[in-house]
Amino acid sequence: MGALTEDMKDRIRAYIPMYPRKQAVTLPALHLVHDELRTVSNEAVVEIAELLDLAPSEVNDTMTFYAFFKGEGEKLGTTRLWVCRGLACMLRGGYELIEHCEHKLGVRCGQTTPDGKITLEFAECIGACDGAPACLRDDKHVMDVTPEKADELIADLKRL
Amino acid sequence: MAHFEPVLLARVNKPGSARLAGYRADGGYATVARVLKDLKPEQVVAQVKDSGLRGRGGAGFPTGLKWTFLPKDHPGPIYLCVNADESEPCTYNNRILMERDPHQVLEGIMLACYAFKARKAFFYVRYEYGDAFRSLQTAIADLYAAGLLGANILGSGFDLDVVLHRGAGAYICGEETGLIESLEGKRAWPRIKPPFPAVEGAFRKPTIVNNVETLACVTQIMARGNDWFKSLGVPPDPKNPRDAGSYGPKLYTIAGHVNEPKCVELPMGVTIRELVETHGGGVWKGRKAKAVNPGGLSMGFVNVNAKLKDSDLTEYDIPLDFNGPGRVGCLGLGTAAVTVIDDQTSMVDVLHNTCQFFAHESCGQCTPCREGTGWMEKITDRLRRGQGRREDLDILVDVADRIGIMPGTTICGLADGAGWPVKTAIRKFRDEFEAAIKSGERSKYAKALRVVGAH
Repeated sequence: MGALTEDMKDRIRAYIPMYPRKQAVTLPALHLVHDELRTVSNEAVVEIAELLDLAPSEVNDTMTFYAFFKGEGEKLGTTRLWVCRGLACMLRGGYELIEHCEHKLGVRCGQTTPDGKITLEFAECIGACDGAPACLRDDKHVMDVTPEKADELIADLKRL
Repeated sequence: MAHFEPVLLARVNKPGSARLAGYRADGGYATVARVLKDLKPEQVVAQVKDSGLRGRGGAGFPTGLKWTFLPKDHPGPIYLCVNADESEPCTYNNRILMERDPHQVLEGIMLACYAFKARKAFFYVRYEYGDAFRSLQTAIADLYAAGLLGANILGSGFDLDVVLHRGAGAYICGEETGLIESLEGKRAWPRIKPPFPAVEGAFRKPTIVNNVETLACVTQIMARGNDWFKSLGVPPDPKNPRDAGSYGPKLYTIAGHVNEPKCVELPMGVTIRELVETHGGGVWKGRKAKAVNPGGLSMGFVNVNAKLKDSDLTEYDIPLDFNGPGRVGCLGLGTAAVTVIDDQTSMVDVLHNTCQFFAHESCGQCTPCREGTGWMEKITDRLRRGQGRREDLDILVDVADRIGIMPGTTICGLADGAGWPVKTAIRKFRDEFEAAIKSGERSKYAKALRVVGAH
């Protein structure tokens, strides 16, 4: 029993014809696995490498460059909540919002709530400066986040 | 200035603006149909070159000229990489285009690929733009279904595939060769140039990397003609033979301490003052602006109150064209993303935020950048803790002057971008930094150092 299901492997293989080289499928494959398993374990790295005719070290080398991916022993919560700390957000209360969320969730940035629901992180500028301070709920922007709006968002995410 | 009717943003507020039916109802893809039928690829390159269009991604390189750097009569494949890794802090104009009018960008991709004979475009979108990614996904699926992408488009014999590729949260992927490395499935370490991508780029093939807004401009140039494009913006400075002018409309984003942060389209050359006071609703809370970042953090800062030489105007009055910010010591126009800092905000905090960003995003390949950005963050952190030393300001400027592709110590321009805000902030606001060192005042954002546990 491997880390990846046959269905996941098929979906990774479907990317291969889109690129001139199999190695280019590394990021799409990592995203696919990371999204669904909330981590990319060592076993998953080996299986991705097999699918793409790479050495596991090559996949690992790429993966670890992007601090975005959680590797062996780390696991994301159900939702990833990023709070932007870019300049535009900082100027409109981004730092206070990070502190508010840390306090509310009882975790620091980079940690997951004990119930496994929310991983809190800070983000560098997420390009939502017209709605600063802003958050990313996985990959969706949430704009103009007041402390009250953050509390509602967190309550929603806790119900998932 | 007379009222300007937006072109690039003309459709963004229409219902269903992102869908193919709406775009076609507004005349979309008529240009590409006409071009495929009536024009040779070389004619499209010539028109874009003659239009004076300069890249909207930050460096302002002439787009048509870049296209001519591809090897002549290359057997192919030639690739287009669309740079949608818009990560320059405080910048969001490409996002608006991709989310709300993706077809305008995709038509530009079709025109560009036809012009330089690319049959495949890789559209590299930063991870944080999930809504833009999905909007593009739908748009591309609609195009394949309508026979506007794939083989033999509109019976012209022109084939084109567009592949959407997602980034993974790394600023360096916006550097064109970092983007290419990342696309190839590797660490996004920028390449040493030459060879430039036009000669040897993605998958070792000739590659053009263009920004999203640039491609939307290509659509409008081919639809409306060069006379229209050149009727907007600023012609070349006659005293500077190397100036290529600043023609066309531009998407400016306004962020920070303004009443109405938003993205507006205006002819190139609007002043910072007009952007902030007229289009951004003025500085918030009835305060006054102190500093402005005119084009993404890498460009440095403008001192709103600094008088220009022999003039009653201040740095607030400089025009945002390709030359304006450079005249007041900034790196350039950058992404034309304007961020306003009000007079109640500490420049020490602002500069620490800037240094924190570049230290986090340095890819680590070149030692001067990896170490330099890290130490600039540590020193600015010391400043905001009220523990600054007299020599710190000179050390910061010294580091900022020495790291980068311009002093010749790094492979890419990230370090130049990290240095520019540091030297402009310290040179233009030195009194404030010195006062902060003298008073030993601690920033409200500087938390106590975390106690390291014994376990």
